[in-house]
Amino acid sequence: MHELSLITSVVESVTESLAAYPGARVIEVRLRVGALASVVQESLEFCYGIAAEGTPLEGSRLVVKMLPVVMHCVPCGQDVELQGVQSFRCPRCDGPCSEMRQGRELEIDSIEIDEVEEKK
Amino acid sequence: MTTRIVELRRGILKKNDELAAGLRANYAAAGVLVLNLVSSPGTGKTAFLERTLRGLRERGARVAALVGDLETDNDARRLASSGAPVRQINTHGICHLDAEMIGKHLDGWEGVRLEQLDYLFIENVGNLVCPSSYDLGEKIRVALLSVTEGEDKPLKYPTMFNSADAAVITKMDIAEPCDFDRELALKNINEIRPGMRIFETSAKTGTGMEEWLGYLEEQRALRSH
Repeated sequence: MHELSLITSVVESVTESLAAYPGARVIEVRLRVGALASVVQESLEFCYGIAAEGTPLEGSRLVVKMLPVVMHCVPCGQDVELQGVQSFRCPRCDGPCSEMRQGRELEIDSIEIDEVEEKK
Repeated sequence: MTTRIVELRRGILKKNDELAAGLRANYAAAGVLVLNLVSSPGTGKTAFLERTLRGLRERGARVAALVGDLETDNDARRLASSGAPVRQINTHGICHLDAEMIGKHLDGWEGVRLEQLDYLFIENVGNLVCPSSYDLGEKIRVALLSVTEGEDKPLKYPTMFNSADAAVITKMDIAEPCDFDRELALKNINEIRPGMRIFETSAKTGTGMEEWLGYLEEQRALRSH
């Protein structure tokens, strides 16, 4: 249940980056979250409204893109996507996999903003 | 008005990750092996750690521990009976330790300097979810589960078990009355983290402690090369 503190970091981080775009209004904030990041999408969305209140992000949308776990299978020589997080075995050869390529992401991907056009 | 997409590509835990990288460099420079112990509340982390601290001290090692809890310094007092320096971190409601809390408690820890330690243990807040996201700069993350918790704990909390470097099963002395299915527990841990070292222990009887202490010494020896 640390989603509120994570989302508060997101709000702070986006607010900082807005310094480069004076007067801009935030429409959307896009996150990339791995299936093994230990966070719940609904909880992030719920907390977002609370954390954004009174900041330049108030009224904007949060879009969370969940990413499946991708492991590297040494015998198959390729990256394989796992169907879930209950078994870290290659779906092709059923061998155990320990090299993770994707799944722990917890990052701000991008933001969509409405910029005030400069007067010419 | 013009609409624009700004690529940020920034880690949400960037600040913690940076602080943890700094801690990791400090630990390495000081030559101290740092372990982060994580489990549910009630698994027996404190009893296991107390026995570990005593065992390492008897072998002549210099050890210390930081212990995280929401409130009270009960665990620090229990651990201090081992003779090792112990410092309590009270998080006051926060469900995990983070790199900033570790840095603050290492600074100004009276009588303790990293360069004078062989091992530093960090007992995290009892929680199998949130601590998995917070790097504390540790070399080895140890996930513990007790025989009373059910063999499927690794399947229920895959993130924590997958991010661990070693697993410890505690309270093996009461495995039988608990109908603990040892084979199934080992299989489940192995499904989540194939090949992870697993130690079957009892802090009460001392079962498995020799093997565990031997592992710590091996890991520490690896570091000095």
